[in-house]
Amino acid sequence: MLNVGQLNEGFVLDHIEAGKSMMIYKNLGLGKLDCCVAIIKNARSNKMGKKDIIKIEGGLDLVDLDVLGFIDHNITVNIIKDGKIVEKKSLSLPTEITDVIRCKNPRCITSIEQELKHVFILTDPEKQVYRCKYCEEKYSKK
Amino acid sequence: MKHLLSPLDLSVNELDELLDLARDISRDPSRYSHCCDGKKLATLFYEPSTRTRLSFEAAMLNLGGSVLGFASADSSSAAKGESVSDTIRIISCYADICAMRHPKEGAPMVAAGKSSIPVINAGDGGHQHPTQTLTDLMTIRELRGSLNDFTIGLCGDLKFGRTVHSLINSLIRYKNIKFILISPKELRVPDYIREDVLNANHVEFEEVEKLEDVMPLLDILYMTRVQRERFFNEDEYLRMKDFYILDPAKMALAKKDMYVLHPLPRVNEISVEVDDDPRAAYFKQAQFGVYVRMALILKLLELDKKEV
Repeated sequence: MLNVGQLNEGFVLDHIEAGKSMMIYKNLGLGKLDCCVAIIKNARSNKMGKKDIIKIEGGLDLVDLDVLGFIDHNITVNIIKDGKIVEKKSLSLPTEITDVIRCKNPRCITSIEQELKHVFILTDPEKQVYRCKYCEEKYSKK
Repeated sequence: MKHLLSPLDLSVNELDELLDLARDISRDPSRYSHCCDGKKLATLFYEPSTRTRLSFEAAMLNLGGSVLGFASADSSSAAKGESVSDTIRIISCYADICAMRHPKEGAPMVAAGKSSIPVINAGDGGHQHPTQTLTDLMTIRELRGSLNDFTIGLCGDLKFGRTVHSLINSLIRYKNIKFILISPKELRVPDYIREDVLNANHVEFEEVEKLEDVMPLLDILYMTRVQRERFFNEDEYLRMKDFYILDPAKMALAKKDMYVLHPLPRVNEISVEVDDDPRAAYFKQAQFGVYVRMALILKLLELDKKEV
């Protein structure tokens, strides 16, 4: 069993699907942070069999929870103070995401208009369907 | 600031008001001939479209306003690489309202976000063409007296035809409308129209291949063009194309008060012999298109309450 040092102040992204932690690391821009970040891969989990965990030493404002919710809204966020979990946050699918995914429709204005943000709107929460704000191209998470 | 980017931007009440105004204009257009004195419409057409552009220009000229603009991207600053966002900021200094056609989907929405004048989407790629939908709705309403209680057959290319998708999306908001979707299986409506629009709203519809079989059932027949380039093989195209040539023999099967609509241009899907049939409404439809665009310009410029 591998031991990773205890976190005194910060937050833990728990219940990450095994193998997805590096993708989250990249999408949340964790590589740009100055603080201590620990990635644990394939940790044993009663619920999931195995899971990934990311521990971040610092305030929750360091990450965009909408991006995290979009990637996987089943991830739990545990806020740690004085070495103890003081709050468990659950995530939801964000109603709008900006510059997380890109519109792949070659006929969309985003393909030519410089510096236009790629905005997707959640149009069907049940089926987890997002559509491009401009051309309504479908992006399905399922 | 109000823009028109999609037909669904207008509520049913707003649509009724607009169509009432268009009807009033159609009864005596001369009463409205000075409503837009001193106002300018910019027609920003990044791809050619004779009918839509001229219909917008005729609408503004009929209201006493003037028009400026360009008819293709080659003759605009887009050829120099200017963005839509920059172009619309400049045009906002020159005109009071603009109509934009652009090959890229969502371009009018980008323009609306930066514009200080109302933006009308005059067609953006295969996405939306709201003033065609307004034209279709006005035509049906004027000919039938109501947008409720009828059976409409939509015939031809239902897969790629944006006018068909917009019309279905708009008509499901009215009562007791039955859709008969007539197309080869290769050109049926996309799944999202069938599932997310028709089934999700519990709208009655059926999908058939042969036009003759359903002609007697229809109150409105909305024809569209079947395009050769949509087929993977020539034999399939040849097999299907004759299904959808509307001729006097097929018209003989239809009700006496059925009307034929077509967004135009027609190529050969409606025989010219049908043109003289009183039920052929596609040229009237083009005239209604001018009236509804006049009403839209007045609404967006907030001149609709002005005494005429």
